[in-house]
Amino acid sequence: MNAAGNNDFKNSQSHVINRVQLSYLAAFNLMVKRDLTIALRHKDDILNPLLFFVIVVTLFPLGIGPEANTLSRIAPGIIWVAALLSTLLSLDRLFKADHSDGSLEQMLLSPHPIFILVLAKIVAHWLITGLPLIIVAPLLAVLLHFNEQSYGALLLTLLLGTPVLSLLGAIGVALTVGIKKGGVLLSLLVLPLYIPVLIFATSAIDTAALNLPYGGQLAIIAALFFGSLTLAPFAVGAALKVSTN
Amino acid sequence: MTILPEHKNPLLSAKQLTCIREERILFEQLNLQINAGDIVQIEGPNGAGKTSLLRILAGLSEPYEGQICFYTDGQVQTINEDREQFHQNLLYLGHLPGVKGEMTATENLTFNLALHGLNTSAVEADLAQVNLVGFEDSLASHLSAGQHRRIALAQLLSSQAKIWILDEPFTAIDKQGVENLERLFLKHAEQGGCVILTTHQDLIIAKANLKKITLAYRFY
Repeated sequence: MNAAGNNDFKNSQSHVINRVQLSYLAAFNLMVKRDLTIALRHKDDILNPLLFFVIVVTLFPLGIGPEANTLSRIAPGIIWVAALLSTLLSLDRLFKADHSDGSLEQMLLSPHPIFILVLAKIVAHWLITGLPLIIVAPLLAVLLHFNEQSYGALLLTLLLGTPVLSLLGAIGVALTVGIKKGGVLLSLLVLPLYIPVLIFATSAIDTAALNLPYGGQLAIIAALFFGSLTLAPFAVGAALKVSTN
Repeated sequence: MTILPEHKNPLLSAKQLTCIREERILFEQLNLQINAGDIVQIEGPNGAGKTSLLRILAGLSEPYEGQICFYTDGQVQTINEDREQFHQNLLYLGHLPGVKGEMTATENLTFNLALHGLNTSAVEADLAQVNLVGFEDSLASHLSAGQHRRIALAQLLSSQAKIWILDEPFTAIDKQGVENLERLFLKHAEQGGCVILTTHQDLIIAKANLKKITLAYRFY
């Protein structure tokens, strides 16, 4: 009884001070921090897609032969297709673990609007999978005899394009998260949506190799980026609600 | 055992709820009202729709028909009208504890509280109260199922939510823990909150304080 009495005291006190102001920014930071912590403790989340990317790209010179002309001709395509596939490989982790241990339900029932939390998760996903790709890509480009003039274009397209991959991919994951074996369905849903990014990114790099301005293609990728940045979180939120129904 | 005072002000009500799963009607035209101070136990055999009912009340699932209203400051709203307000007043713990194996007990609880906009300064004390002294900095993946659930249940201690919806909260919890929880429910009810829970165990809470909703298994 004594212990219960102490409880009463503690709780009545905490009633006054316990409610903290809800802030979008705080919720966003909280979620990003949590996802990064989890990823850093679960290292294969970071290493798996990156190793896949590196291995796929290095396999091409072995399979095609070391002629510089052929390689530099197909290099943009190889790097971008490898980036697409390695992003696809990592997408599953975006919501699957949260769904299977119940934390997704807690997210959906938090007083914060769901798009803030979703956006935070996507940003964390990009930091874990997209950013390492951008860092490694120039090194792999050397391996493929990449045209000197197109390094800038490669970096810029990756910088604008990989967030689009994470954002659009998140919609697919959110739709398939409730399905036990959603992997195949996920690729079918998501890969067609990646095609515009692939086309304009490789085209920008090719154009840069010819020393022509590639601002147009870059502008289209930027438009895709801002379009998906503003709309995808809402779509993901709605999809998650449907998936957990 | 104290008998709780009758509160008449409602917190949550459901009108004409119908739930259909796998072409089977789990319940139809279900009306219920939950007042401040109520502890409601939902009973029924496996597959009768207890979890479905709780998920519908929490707004996680859409009912086939019907609507759920909640009451704040003398106003009635359906839960979809002002989700943020409703979620501030709701604490739902499903049968999955929502605890991350890659994070420590402290980090898990801190995150869960912060996610609901609550102060996280009492985390250590809360963990001590649920008998997790010495495990604060252990990764949750190294802890047992019961300890996972205790991390999740520790949220109840700091919660400001009026409506607690708990799906099988006693799973994997030892006898002493169950007793402490029931005491916590009583205190929450006394302070004007309500608890809706499912469990197959008999509660020691006095009959006068406990309301029961029994769902029957339907074959059609």
